[in-house]
Amino acid sequence: MSAALIVTRRMIDHPADSHRIDVYEDTGGYVQARRAVGMTRDELVDTVKASGLLGRGGAAFSAGLKWSFLAPARPAYLVINADESEPGTFKDRQLLERDPHQMVEGIIITAIANEVHHAFIYIRGEYPKSARRVQAAVDEAYACGYLGSGIFGSDHDLEVTIHLGGGAYICGEETALINSLEGKRGEPRLKPPYFPAAKGLYMLPTIVNNVETVSNLPHILDMGAEEYGKVAHETDTGTFLFSVSGHVNGPGNYELAHGITWRELIYEVAGGIRDDRKLKAWIPGGASAPWFVPAQHLDLEITKEATEGAGSMLGSGAVIVMDETTCTVRAAERLVRFFAHESCGQCTPCREGTTWMEMILRRIEEGQGREVDLDLLLDVSDGISIGLAWPPKMTTICPLGPSAVSPVIALRDYFRDEVMEHVRLGRCPLGTAARGASNSETDIDRPEVLAVETRRERGSGGRPPGEGSPA
Amino acid sequence: MTESVRMTIDGQEHDVPAGELIIQAAQDKGTYIPRFCWHERMNPVGMCRMCLVEVESPRGPMLVTACTDTVADGMSVDTKGPTVKKAQEAILEFLLANHPLDCPVCDKGGECPLQDQAMSHGPGDSRFVEIKRNYEKPIPISDLVLLDRERCILCARCTRFSDEISGDPLIEFQERGNVTEINTFPDLPFSSYFSGNTVQICPVGALTAKPYRFRARPWDLSRVESSGMFDTSHPRISIHSSQNQILRIVGVDNDATNHGWLSDKDRFGFEYLGSEDRLTTPLVKRGGELVAVGWAEALDIVANRIDLIWEEDGGSAFGVIGGARGTNEDAYALSKFARVTLGTNNVDCRMDDALSSHFLAGSVDRALISDLDTADTILIWAADLKEEHPNLYLRARRAAQELGVKLIIVHPRATGLDDRATHKLHYRPGGGFALLDEIAEGVHPEIASALAAQKVVVIVGQTSFADDPKLAESVAALVRSKAGTVRIMPLARRANTFGALDMGLGPDLLPGRVSVGAIGCASLAESWGEFPTSPGKDTRSILEGLDDGEIRCLLLVGADPVNDLPIGAIARDALEAAEYVVSIDLFLNDSNADADVILPALGFAEKEGLVTNVEGRVQKVNAISPGPGQARADWSILADIADRVGRPLGLALAETIAKEIAEVAPAYEGVTWDLLEWDERDGVVVPIQGSQQINHIPVSLAGPRAPRAGLTLHVARTLYDDGVLMRHSPSLHRLAPGPLVHLNPEDARRLGAQGGRPMRVVTKHGEGDFAAVIDEDTPEGVVFVPFNQPGGVSLGTDPVVRVTAVSG
Ligand SMILES: Cc1cc2nc3c(=O)[nH]c(=O)nc-3n(C[C@H](O)[C@H](O)[C@H](O)COP(=O)(O)O)c2cc1C
Ligand code: SF4
Ligand code: SF4
Ligand code: FES
Repeated sequence: MSAALIVTRRMIDHPADSHRIDVYEDTGGYVQARRAVGMTRDELVDTVKASGLLGRGGAAFSAGLKWSFLAPARPAYLVINADESEPGTFKDRQLLERDPHQMVEGIIITAIANEVHHAFIYIRGEYPKSARRVQAAVDEAYACGYLGSGIFGSDHDLEVTIHLGGGAYICGEETALINSLEGKRGEPRLKPPYFPAAKGLYMLPTIVNNVETVSNLPHILDMGAEEYGKVAHETDTGTFLFSVSGHVNGPGNYELAHGITWRELIYEVAGGIRDDRKLKAWIPGGASAPWFVPAQHLDLEITKEATEGAGSMLGSGAVIVMDETTCTVRAAERLVRFFAHESCGQCTPCREGTTWMEMILRRIEEGQGREVDLDLLLDVSDGISIGLAWPPKMTTICPLGPSAVSPVIALRDYFRDEVMEHVRLGRCPLGTAARGASNSETDIDRPEVLAVETRRERGSGGRPPGEGSPA
Repeated sequence: MTESVRMTIDGQEHDVPAGELIIQAAQDKGTYIPRFCWHERMNPVGMCRMCLVEVESPRGPMLVTACTDTVADGMSVDTKGPTVKKAQEAILEFLLANHPLDCPVCDKGGECPLQDQAMSHGPGDSRFVEIKRNYEKPIPISDLVLLDRERCILCARCTRFSDEISGDPLIEFQERGNVTEINTFPDLPFSSYFSGNTVQICPVGALTAKPYRFRARPWDLSRVESSGMFDTSHPRISIHSSQNQILRIVGVDNDATNHGWLSDKDRFGFEYLGSEDRLTTPLVKRGGELVAVGWAEALDIVANRIDLIWEEDGGSAFGVIGGARGTNEDAYALSKFARVTLGTNNVDCRMDDALSSHFLAGSVDRALISDLDTADTILIWAADLKEEHPNLYLRARRAAQELGVKLIIVHPRATGLDDRATHKLHYRPGGGFALLDEIAEGVHPEIASALAAQKVVVIVGQTSFADDPKLAESVAALVRSKAGTVRIMPLARRANTFGALDMGLGPDLLPGRVSVGAIGCASLAESWGEFPTSPGKDTRSILEGLDDGEIRCLLLVGADPVNDLPIGAIARDALEAAEYVVSIDLFLNDSNADADVILPALGFAEKEGLVTNVEGRVQKVNAISPGPGQARADWSILADIADRVGRPLGLALAETIAKEIAEVAPAYEGVTWDLLEWDERDGVVVPIQGSQQINHIPVSLAGPRAPRAGLTLHVARTLYDDGVLMRHSPSLHRLAPGPLVHLNPEDARRLGAQGGRPMRVVTKHGEGDFAAVIDEDTPEGVVFVPFNQPGGVSLGTDPVVRVTAVSG
């Protein structure tokens, strides 16, 4: 298996101007879209199916299969999910800002494959620069005749509309996103019956794909499904963008093929833990994912199957690393507070339960915890995600509510003593210093970090596993 | 027949209709799944999560909401297992976590689904030790409804009702997460004609109705079923009272009439019954003053005068107007009284604003309300249903919105249903015949083709006073010539107009949908004795007869022609000229204030009897209170007068009157109180056994063509007005729009009108000042003035109008 850069190749080779159409076209851009215009729906769907491409928005569902489920009614719509709001995730932003044409080309290919004549790009409201870059790219594509009526001189029309979100995490959920696009409250719809592929935008068949997902499409056509599929580890094909953040020396986005271990990712790719502290835990796939801890998971391979087998998910590819200075109660409280704040409020367990969880956690962290509180916390969580298992047995409409339970499962499984210590001492055992240090939020204003080449060889710039090494 | 599927509920196999929701199927099979947000008459949202059940799936047991998932063949559902139980207890604990638990002072306490299900499915205790959510409570969200956000469980029943059912989405979820709340939009109160329904369906005490708040505990209330009597649809209601006092009215769910919904008029419009101004004793005029007297004296005075006039001039000197507000028994007594005691056919329950009596009573292809659900096309060429027939409005809205029925609306301006119309045509008041010709000649092909459908329901009536009443018949005739099956729903005002006409309260009608004429009279004469065999005078002619002295004595029964007639002046002049006026009524009004004798009558919910609605459905209404003072039922007052006159009616009890009706009125054969009290609580559509003898077939009639240049006047009613019952129902009377003139922005600009500023409106029949409302709903060239408003004046029927700005 070779190291490969697929969707970030151009921005690494042309760091200053990879977003420009001339650079894009000079590096093979829009060749595949032009080719796709001459292909049939079946050819395109089959190619994408064969490539094994999985959705990159979090659910990791086969893109080709999703396309093949599109109901026959027309018009059908394409919606690009660029709402990227999962805490710790910042990979779409880079694709939007630094290679917008790659996504536009992916949109064109998806539209042709699905007989779509109107695509919408739903961009997170806090990403104004992304929106400007994408708007510029779309304008250029219109000017070149790649969008609009009769694209590439064919008889296929394709309009693209850009929409900026209003600041709600839940609008990243595909059906809430559709409601939001329609001008309604951003609330997830019931599935069934409102599967986007059948009753999506304006109750018409709709494909919702993530930015990274469609950004892969030009390369799949270029390389061919088979070749693309070879960039793989067993089941997982292609590459995967990891947003690594938290207490690592080298936070940033990394494009990797699956199959390395967490140890390699954290200690080699991301440069190890800052100040050579000890690794305490990490979240492997965005704030919604159950946590991993070094004792059990460091040598696990990073594949969909292995991660799910260990009771978590790769989700949106956000890896949040926490070192030994982290108060896990406080980290859990911060995450639960996020979900409680972002709950759309539709369903009882999520609306009432997540806030209740937040209140209990805050009490414990502030030294007001009771002996019974951890069990109460677990039981409240149990009412949202019955059995506290993964994937969750949800009592809710969408997975947001159960996502809030993930940190609590970690407290139960790995940090029970730390919780009880809070209760016993009547304060946080890590002291106030932990407050500043345990901040797991991603600072979206920090300078961009470029994607880097995958380093596969152990020790090539990484640190000895498990311990800090001299700087 | 719907297909059925075989499924298992809690280990028990059942055959259930395919496509049904699990919650419904389980309920039909005797398994109650707890719920809050689901409501049978609204689309499921699956929000409260109370109805979670476990369903076997290839990937193991799955939790699904029973209110959103449908049954499938081979499905196995668990409603009671440990997972489901855990979910149910969790949801209830969550719902109660922030609940204020102020049940002792909550109107809903005792009939609260949250209380009940906390008891049956809840965990029994709460472990929530944090600080509860706090809101200012309660806040008024309209003139009639208050909202307590602390009690709200955010089930979206109220918001769905106002959005899906009534079509005025004025309440919505706001904020998100734990601070999500229901509220109105800034500066937009929840002013809906149907707001009370939200109070009825709110599963907690979050929404309360001003008229009922803190007035009773539910377990102290007696509950009696009846029918709403504010329009001719007769929604099924339940009247809740304590010590003979009506405290509230709620809708009863049935397929036939109203799906459980009520307009606020039907729900809150009972205040007049308890009004201080109700007449409680007979009054006679002495020396220009009305003086209270005993019944015996009053009845003697009336009987003597009738005797005298009858001796001198015979039956033709009498006229009878009214009778459309009482029961069929009252109407029958009045019909018999006119014929037998007074010896006249000069009797009319219509107020000169109605379609022909034969068209109303005698169309054999009359539509049922439920026909709206199954029609291909509904044509509404009638009043704005939202204003005048709110129940039908809800039904037609549902048909168009949920059932895919095509809706064509023809009206001088926008109506409440326009947003759901497939086609709409606006025309200048008085220009109806010209438009009808255009449709017939193919000028509006889309309408012609929608009308050429298999099953068409035509709702016809006068859109405004400028419409010739014959226009409705021509519309019906035209559709008949085009569509497959046509069902006609002719509209009338005043709640029991159809019952009254069926009892013969028309100059050309006899009980049981029989025409006045040799044959009908002869068969009735067997029980009634002899009476005139030629048609009498209608309301307009009776009033004219009074004016020229041909008619000497007028009997007004629950009628206020001065206010109700399109041209009030005709009634005023006639009453001034009348030699002798007797009024049977609940109140003094503008027409009887100067009567010679006024007899106090019982009103709605003060007497038992039958009523007949717009589809010919007969239902039983019931008594809750004995009525104020010495008030009596119309029929018994009339029977006593008839006895004294010496031409008795032979009517002794309301129930035996119903029996007599069933015997002598062909269309009412077999309709008894017994039947309607026990077997057919939602009523029966007549004729059930007998037949109706008239079969009125409308023919296309030519009518006046009145397209004119300049402004044309559209006068039509609004739900709340200055009618006598509304006047004595302060909660609703306050909501009447008042004297307004609606103008299109273009016309307003031309006339120099400004919103809220007075405009002088002048017609052939009247003039007055009206505050300008500038709206796009009124097309250019049309001027809309709501009829009979507090402080307004009557402008008559002629569409020619002059509007000028009042300076200063
Ligand atoms: C609470 C929640 C938030 C989500 N946020 C995002 C998001 O920000 N971006 C995204 O692409 N998908 C997000 N998703 C996943 C989408 O619902 C959907 O699966 C995805 O857009 C499909 O695209 P894909 O198949 O290309 O991955 C979210 C899902 C949930 C439940
Ligand atoms: S789980 Fe939370 S975010 Fe998802 S639908 Fe329910 S309330 Fe809304
Ligand atoms: S006010 Fe009542 S009906 Fe409306 S959402 Fe709240 S609980 Fe439901
Ligand atoms: S009743 Fe089914 S979710 Fe509320």
